[in-house]
Amino acid sequence: MNVVVCVKQVPDPNSAGQLDPSTKTLKREGVEVVLDPGDEYGIEAGLQLAEAHGGQVTVVSMGPEKALDAIRKALAMGAAKGVLISDPSLAGADALTTAKVLAAAIKREDWQLVITATESTDGYTGTVPQMIAELLGVPAVTFAKHIESDGTKLNVNRQTEAGYDVVEADLPAVMSVTAGVFEPRYPSLKGIMAAKSKPVDRLTVADLGLDSPSAGQTITNVQPAEERKAGEVVEDDGTGAQRIVDYLASLKVI
Amino acid sequence: MAGKIWVLTEVLEGNVVPVGLELLTKARTLGGTVEALLFSPEADKVVGTLGEYGATTVYAASDPAYNEVLLGGPAADAIAELVAEHKPDLILIGATYTGRDIAGRLSVKLDAPVIANGVDVSANGDISVQTAIFGATQVVDTKFDGGKPGIAVVRAKSFAAEPGGGGAPTVVPITTPVAEQHRKARVKDRVVAKSEGPTLEDAPVVISGGRGLQDPKNFELLHQVAELVGGAVGASRAVVDAGWVPYAMQVGQTGKTVKPTVYIACGISGAMQHTVGMKGSKNIVAINKDGEAPIFKLADLGVVGDVLKILPQLIDALKARKG
Repeated sequence: MNVVVCVKQVPDPNSAGQLDPSTKTLKREGVEVVLDPGDEYGIEAGLQLAEAHGGQVTVVSMGPEKALDAIRKALAMGAAKGVLISDPSLAGADALTTAKVLAAAIKREDWQLVITATESTDGYTGTVPQMIAELLGVPAVTFAKHIESDGTKLNVNRQTEAGYDVVEADLPAVMSVTAGVFEPRYPSLKGIMAAKSKPVDRLTVADLGLDSPSAGQTITNVQPAEERKAGEVVEDDGTGAQRIVDYLASLKVI
Repeated sequence: MAGKIWVLTEVLEGNVVPVGLELLTKARTLGGTVEALLFSPEADKVVGTLGEYGATTVYAASDPAYNEVLLGGPAADAIAELVAEHKPDLILIGATYTGRDIAGRLSVKLDAPVIANGVDVSANGDISVQTAIFGATQVVDTKFDGGKPGIAVVRAKSFAAEPGGGGAPTVVPITTPVAEQHRKARVKDRVVAKSEGPTLEDAPVVISGGRGLQDPKNFELLHQVAELVGGAVGASRAVVDAGWVPYAMQVGQTGKTVKPTVYIACGISGAMQHTVGMKGSKNIVAINKDGEAPIFKLADLGVVGDVLKILPQLIDALKARKG
């Protein structure tokens, strides 16, 4: 089973991201960027399925030059090949544009399964996996929290508001995986060394035969959100628990 | 004035999922016609409710075939056909799992933009969706350029649901069949995870845990507190990612938004990923051993101390109070 895993490089979720007020796109300078932590689960899922059923994992990413680091991390974990689509016209691309670019890049590969996270940590529209599935004309098995496969089908528990759906899907398919679905492996030193010589295809929008993107939406305003006022902070001197109980009582929730 | 607004509604165990009613309530304030989309074998049971909350027409698919597959594909097919005929200006979809499946596929079918994670919608001239980004430290307005229906995916709890006293809506049956290609993903079973007590979204008190709990088994302490106060237990992304608790418990940007009367953050530092999902709570209590943790900037009551010491004392004090 050949698997394509879509990954994204994002500002470190532990640092504060910002939109540039003039360009209204993500400020990338001076911000630490990392492989989206959510993507590590998809890479792990892809590696396990490819290992169990034969085949290899290709990672596909859209992003600036620097996103090569994110691809290298996936290669170090064990993916065989990378594809990076970089194009100045894609700065600030919306979800639909992103999906069109990724789907066009995926079509160039030999694949039976496309794996994504459920959403990116920075943009988090959370609709790109379904868009890719529609563009590729295959099922979108989304929000997978438990995955089994015999190599021709997927058997997935799909997260729902009420619990989960037990879904059986024929391949080829797109699957989005929730955090924690598998424990991602750490890249070994050998893996990190090997990653340096693994192939990475570099593509532009023109290479994919796509028109320049048109968004259909425009950011009109960016402003700081109203700050919440801080209240009272006390050191626990043994009465902390009682303070909380008194506070809950004053709010009449107990 | 927004012309024609469609609201996707979902049904769970015979009731309209609350976000659908929240969106109908909001749609009524935007001016124009409000209509609902519904895919459920139980459609006839809830159309009256949809009317009460403002839908004058309900496009309803009650064919059980929709229920045998993942709804995203066939629902998007059906909505795209209806769009071609009725030309709505705006389609509001709650940010549920299935709502996101439908929104993504519909966006491709219509080649129309989707704005996700909406927390407000306005229609003064252009139709505009407000989203909160970077842990809700910044607020962004994005307008649809028009020409095609705008698709807005809106977070639950962005609006209060209030009935508007509307009468029974006109019901227009959706007749689009489920295409053969959608049968490639079949729902074999729908498992309802019975949990004791209220859900995260409905609980008056939410108590959440993070890395500071040190071990997954210490979530048991949170469950005990939740049981004593009639609350629900949530979690930060860090512990969900670490596999301590399921994704369904995650509060934050990539998880749920909660707005309880009281939110109690235990051993959560207050990364922006988390705070976006809880800073709308009416009151916030934080327990953390690091007095510099950002969570204290949001807390109405902050206790700097060892959460593993304080929680057992809290359980004892709550039990003593109950007598």
